[in-house]
Amino acid sequence: MSAVPQASGSRLRYVLRLGDASLVLAQRLGEWIGHAPALEEDLGLANTALDLLGQARMLLAYAGEIEGKGRSEDDLAFLRGEREFLNPTLVEQPNGDFGQSIVRQLLVDAWQLELYERLAHSSDARLAAIAAKAVKETRYHFRYSAGWVVRLGDGTPESHERVQRALELLWPYTRELFDADEVDAEMARELAAPQLADVQDAWNARIDAVLAEATLPRPAERPFSWYGKRGEHGEHLGHVLAEMQYLHRAHPGATW
Amino acid sequence: MNVAATPAHVPASAALQQAWAVLARVMDPEIPVLSVVDLGIVRFVEHDADGALRVGLSPTYSGCPAMEVIRASVAGALRDAGFAPVAVVDVLSPPWTSDWISEEGRRKLREYGIAPPAEAVASPRHLVRPLLVACPRCASHATEKLSEFGSTPCKALYRCTSCLEPFDYFKCI
Repeated sequence: MSAVPQASGSRLRYVLRLGDASLVLAQRLGEWIGHAPALEEDLGLANTALDLLGQARMLLAYAGEIEGKGRSEDDLAFLRGEREFLNPTLVEQPNGDFGQSIVRQLLVDAWQLELYERLAHSSDARLAAIAAKAVKETRYHFRYSAGWVVRLGDGTPESHERVQRALELLWPYTRELFDADEVDAEMARELAAPQLADVQDAWNARIDAVLAEATLPRPAERPFSWYGKRGEHGEHLGHVLAEMQYLHRAHPGATW
Repeated sequence: MNVAATPAHVPASAALQQAWAVLARVMDPEIPVLSVVDLGIVRFVEHDADGALRVGLSPTYSGCPAMEVIRASVAGALRDAGFAPVAVVDVLSPPWTSDWISEEGRRKLREYGIAPPAEAVASPRHLVRPLLVACPRCASHATEKLSEFGSTPCKALYRCTSCLEPFDYFKCI
């Protein structure tokens, strides 16, 4: 393990990015529990959160092993500060109304689906196994979020307008998902991760099909990109972490 | 790692056969009529070089909270049966699929009021026509999906339009 510091630097960051994306989104979805518009949606959002949390655990446990400093999945989830979280900025965006949460979910589901399908063939056997497991669950997440975006987009003038507004609000954050940096490049060189351009093409096709059926125009691209995956977050992540980490930090080592 | 390609496993010795028999009585805490063997999550049972019993378990869903209980129940049941030491190992690859639920398991699900997975995941038939989910009470195929997610991630909520009863459906995954 100690013989590959160069490779493990990128690999560690790559796996943390994926794990943090799932963890932070699971936390956001958890905020809906008891507040969704109907019992079925409460269950849908909670179950999606549960899948994401399970995926986050597998990824963070692996990240801890790559790092080799004895940090567990819990240490990584509860004892890192905001700047050490490497999730894309999209997943930390506030829930807003149900439509806004569902649009965020669609954008993330389509990304994870295309990414995990390819990562299932990664040269990194552990990552491939996690992705092969996760992609099966993500297919259901996508079916759920896409179904709702179509229903709301092609619904009443009110629901159409609200999801269109959410789409405009969240769209700029999607750029980061496909903005390859040195970590993505190194992982792709080692055939441990797909080329982000391929993921982007597939994501575009998937999203365009849903938006067309939902009668929602695709927002215009803007040049600015966020870099949550480098630890540069917006104002929201700190608040998410404060709630998520409070209990663990207030009672270190507590078990039940 | 010894990863079996199929859930079927031929026990190599009487002791292993006994271990499988013990596991056939360890029930899923969420679906208490199904054993971990019926569910198809036991990937292997073997002795390692030091004589310890190793049991490979595949999680159904990544976040399934029942897995913690199942791991503890499996280890506990084997220890109670005199096996020691026992190691329960996670087997992630190949990922668990609902195709591994045994025929016996499918029958038990139906009797418990849960419709078993309608089709093999590997089957391409679902691409050309929608799933035919049969009502576990009256066997009618006149059913409709109420919700993509049910009381647990592995289930969806359906309703039978013949006998009008709602029921859980174990999803294909």
